[in-house]
Amino acid sequence: MAKTGHEIRNAIARKQMSAVEVVEAALAHAQALEPQLHAYIRLIPERALAKARAIDEQVKSGEALGPLAGVPVAVKDIFCVAGEITTAGSKILENFRAPYSATVVDKLDNAGAVIIGKTNMDEFAMGSSCENSAFGPTRNPWDLEGVPGGSSGGSASTVGASTVPIGLGTDTGGSIREPASFCNIVGVKPTYGRVSRYGMIAFASSLDQAGPMTGDVFDAAQTLSVIAGHDPMDSTSVDMPVPDYAAALRTDLRGVRVGIVSEFETEIAKNDPGMAALYKAAYADLERLGARLVDVRLPHARYGLATYYLIAPAECSSNLARYDGARYGRRVDGDGDVFTMFEQTRAEGFGDEVKRRIILGTYALSAGYYDAYYVRAQKIRTLIKQDFDAAFESCDVIACPSVSTPAFELGAKTQDPVAMYLMDYFTIPMSLAGVPALSVPAGYVNDLPVGLQIVARPFEEATMLGIAHAYEQSTHHAQARTSQVAMLSSAGRTGS
Amino acid sequence: MADVPIDIDHVSQLARITLTKEEAARFSSQFARLFEFIAELQALDVSHIPATAQAIPLVNVLRDDAVTPCLSRDAALENAPDKEGPYFKTPRILE
Repeated sequence: MAKTGHEIRNAIARKQMSAVEVVEAALAHAQALEPQLHAYIRLIPERALAKARAIDEQVKSGEALGPLAGVPVAVKDIFCVAGEITTAGSKILENFRAPYSATVVDKLDNAGAVIIGKTNMDEFAMGSSCENSAFGPTRNPWDLEGVPGGSSGGSASTVGASTVPIGLGTDTGGSIREPASFCNIVGVKPTYGRVSRYGMIAFASSLDQAGPMTGDVFDAAQTLSVIAGHDPMDSTSVDMPVPDYAAALRTDLRGVRVGIVSEFETEIAKNDPGMAALYKAAYADLERLGARLVDVRLPHARYGLATYYLIAPAECSSNLARYDGARYGRRVDGDGDVFTMFEQTRAEGFGDEVKRRIILGTYALSAGYYDAYYVRAQKIRTLIKQDFDAAFESCDVIACPSVSTPAFELGAKTQDPVAMYLMDYFTIPMSLAGVPALSVPAGYVNDLPVGLQIVARPFEEATMLGIAHAYEQSTHHAQARTSQVAMLSSAGRTGS
Repeated sequence: MADVPIDIDHVSQLARITLTKEEAARFSSQFARLFEFIAELQALDVSHIPATAQAIPLVNVLRDDAVTPCLSRDAALENAPDKEGPYFKTPRILE
């Protein structure tokens, strides 16, 4: 299944293979790898095969096919799929059957995509390693002892293992870009408001965005065109036309000004010379393609982490108040008192990280501390946003690290939440500023994949994807090596 | 190490989460490290900076006040941990 989504769709349209064959192969591949990767919370073969049969009927009758017709897709278990269990990686939603579908799920369905399963994630998208899932960790196809990143770790892992060409994730502070970097795939966080959040279980509402996680930039562009757009069910989704992003892809960078962030270069050089060297080579590749590098500054980006860890927990404490055992999800009956029921339900239903963030956010919003913490953080958010506005006066896009290290080993950071939070150092500022950003494979450090982050002005995803495409097509980093899981498969040590 | 200003027993009660003693102690020491970062924010003068609630602000988003199809009562009750007739059932709220 090393094919891209667009190759699969075209082969189905030309009747070289059927959607049912493609989907059966993807399901078999996923099942065979589950013991190693645990990328899925649940596969949904009945729904997938029914959809695949419908696509084959369309092909047979000569109907027009959608842009993702017959393409197997994996969606993070944060997206509601009508009639299917949707857990957000939490025990509190272990048996929750979604009564309706997320808008992005409907849009994927309408484009002909075949959703084969719900992928694993850090509980309520809070984490950077996928180890905060109530259903056990996911592993990285490039290093089975390593984490896939998080929170969209399951989608990254299964796309990185070439089980499906396209996954869907969500990014609040880096949850698409960091796992994309760790698993050697493309991950796109769109501009805040570009994609509807309806039916996507909320973590931090002013930051959450859904986006594609794919094997190549073309599939990311095409999938973004499918899922983007205004939705009357989400009043923060912006009513702007959706471009054909795939049509805007380019192969050279003549005339493009690429901003290099001085503060980030200092930080990465201090952390890890190997990483710094990789990024220097990536910037040189952009220059070779015709781009002009310009120095830019983001002086307040260093406050991003602290700002984020006030704003995101504050919003999470409010959003997660709904899990009280009254209307859906798990309930733990106390002694007949309704408050005891709330407190016990939440004590048993939530994992450590979710409890920590709810408590931190409750504190930041509580009487006497609201101005000192929450409002101050919102003001610093303004400064961070102004930094990006100023930087984009002298450049068209920013290129910078996606992460400060390649994937780390399972368990390495679980006892130290701040060490885990630091994984998102280079991705959080873009989330706070609401600007679009992506990670594209950029090579290997210590034999593990690492991504390059490309950032654009609000709603200029087309520019960002075009530049990523030129870079990808001239470097082919993702194809340069074979993942550990693929090597084991070809050695006959796993099924399929 | 920075001071941890959080009265964790009080705040966990506000958040309606019962914590064990072990959890309260562990979370407190983890918050201590985080507050080292958060303390840096106090150094900035932000007195003249407006707050940003969300980065792509839309204001006064309105829609027609029209009835549209929505979740049926039965569908809304399907995930209820306990129900009676067309109602969610919970422990007594009012005496």
